[in-house]
Amino acid sequence: MQNALILRRLLLFAALGLILSFVLAPFAWQVITALKPTAQLAELPPLLPAHPTWQNFGTVLGAPGFWRACLNSAIVASLTVFLAFALGVPAAYALAKLRLRGAQLVLTTLLCFSMFPAIANVAPLYLLFIRLGIRDSALAVVIAHSVFAIPFAIWTLTSFFKEIPDDLYRAARVDGCSHLGVLRHVVLPLASPGLLSVALLVFIFSWNEFLYALTLTASERSRTLPVAIALFPGLHEIPWGEIAAASVLATVPTILLMLVFQRRIVSGLTTGAVKG
Amino acid sequence: MDLRLEKLTKRFGDQLAVEIPSLTIDDGEFFTFVGPSGCGKSTTLNLIAGLEQPSAGALWLGDRLLNDLPPQKRDVAFVFQSYALYPHRTVFQNLAFPLELAGLPRETIGRRVQETASLLGLTSLLDKRPRQLSGGERQRVAVGRAIVRQPRLFLFDEPLSNLDAPLRVQMRKELKRLHRQLGTTFIYVTHDQEEALSLSDRIAVMQGGTIQQCGTPGEIYDKPINRFVASFFGAPPMNLLECEVQIVEDAAWASLAGRRLRLQGLNVPPAGMHSVILGVRPEHLRLSRDRLAESWRARITMIELHGGQSHLELELDGISLAAVADPESGYHPRDEIWVGVSSDQVHILDSQTGVRLGPA
Repeated sequence: MQNALILRRLLLFAALGLILSFVLAPFAWQVITALKPTAQLAELPPLLPAHPTWQNFGTVLGAPGFWRACLNSAIVASLTVFLAFALGVPAAYALAKLRLRGAQLVLTTLLCFSMFPAIANVAPLYLLFIRLGIRDSALAVVIAHSVFAIPFAIWTLTSFFKEIPDDLYRAARVDGCSHLGVLRHVVLPLASPGLLSVALLVFIFSWNEFLYALTLTASERSRTLPVAIALFPGLHEIPWGEIAAASVLATVPTILLMLVFQRRIVSGLTTGAVKG
Repeated sequence: MDLRLEKLTKRFGDQLAVEIPSLTIDDGEFFTFVGPSGCGKSTTLNLIAGLEQPSAGALWLGDRLLNDLPPQKRDVAFVFQSYALYPHRTVFQNLAFPLELAGLPRETIGRRVQETASLLGLTSLLDKRPRQLSGGERQRVAVGRAIVRQPRLFLFDEPLSNLDAPLRVQMRKELKRLHRQLGTTFIYVTHDQEEALSLSDRIAVMQGGTIQQCGTPGEIYDKPINRFVASFFGAPPMNLLECEVQIVEDAAWASLAGRRLRLQGLNVPPAGMHSVILGVRPEHLRLSRDRLAESWRARITMIELHGGQSHLELELDGISLAAVADPESGYHPRDEIWVGVSSDQVHILDSQTGVRLGPA
């Protein structure tokens, strides 16, 4: 009996370890690469460098292009979140609560749009943005990211809003709220864990996105972090160590965001709203 | 101010949900819509609140047309079956919410919330959140949130259905007391006939989207207008017996189990009528071990004790009848007894249409 329990524990930890190493190994590899002196980069063994160096991090942090790209990424990701919410919240509210005719059709259509692979959209968008004269700008990247982010936000928010009991919505209407008042006073506060997770996911998606950002930008002025890292200037050779260091640095904000907000992303706020 | 419903109609697609030709609910009245589920009573309430738009017809509050006013401008308060308390707000904030939206000054809000809380015994709960409250407490907060606004109309949609029985009886009393204290119109929706009879000044009995009968609880109970209303009220429900009619010496007689019963109030039945339905409330059946005038021999098949009352099931010449008796009377199953009825307590209904024929 006791042995069976221990065995089960062991299997569980083994499985967890396997999954963790699968997820974390690439990241660990990047960290190791970033810490190796350039001369040892191609040597294996040793796996871990004998004399780890912070030089790569120093070079990256000292490069003005890196900071510019960070700023661009932050701007693009924030604007994408803003746009996804500005359009997604009212749309999801209407779809979830206003008994629209054809709401399901709208949702299905949105789902279809967000299922197009990025590579299929990228050429038309590229041509469109040239016409509009906004190629190589943060705005172009924001719009491209919104093609995915807005349907995603609408879908997720609609399901969060649907979970809020109709009677609460009706009560707020009778208590004196307009449609927007219900949204502000009842729906948004109650859906805040959902809103937060959607915001985080959209932000991280936009922060990490590569294909659109690569295609639609042409200069340091508008390049986002993933693109800037990939195009890191090397004179004679590819600066692997610096690329690795920059990649590690680029993941820091997303990890921080997750750590700060993970506790707040808990549901269960609606308990006690209606009977039960 | 009176609330008038004129030709009020609501359709959902092809489905007719509500059709009320004309109804006036008087100022200060406790008015109840009662009926089985799907009869249109809740839809009617939603139409009055503005949560549904009528397909046709008009709603007047005094001389003001309500039709085009959104719910927030109608000055009505709504108590939901699910209570619909705002879970992210404390009891105080729940009560204060409608007042904040009305833009009242902070001190006024505080004072009114305190007054309402003390009226309903909520003072010690003001800092709690809805999920920390029991069902009865949530119910009280929901009522509090309605009365704190001092609205012109109170709407209640099955507010007591989620409470357990003793609490329901207690809250019923409190609602009645509250209605007397406030003097405002209460419009109440329930499927519970007992609740409707005990609370209301007037009742509208609904079925299939229309009002079958509207009147005081006494009128509804004593003079049901048709078979549906007759069988909806009363527990156990009214006995309905189909009988043949005969005209003898200018009077109508029903023949029941080999004996005749004079049908008062049906002196001249419509031509061609051969049968009627007789409705007799269980409490109007007189039971006795000894033979009485106008009585039939019956056998007790079942006895259920309901506290101060026994519900009896009788068999009379193949017909099953419900009756009530004092538990002290010492009846037992399989006892043979005599059942009598006075003919002025017999409701006569048309056997085809179910419409009341008498007594007037």
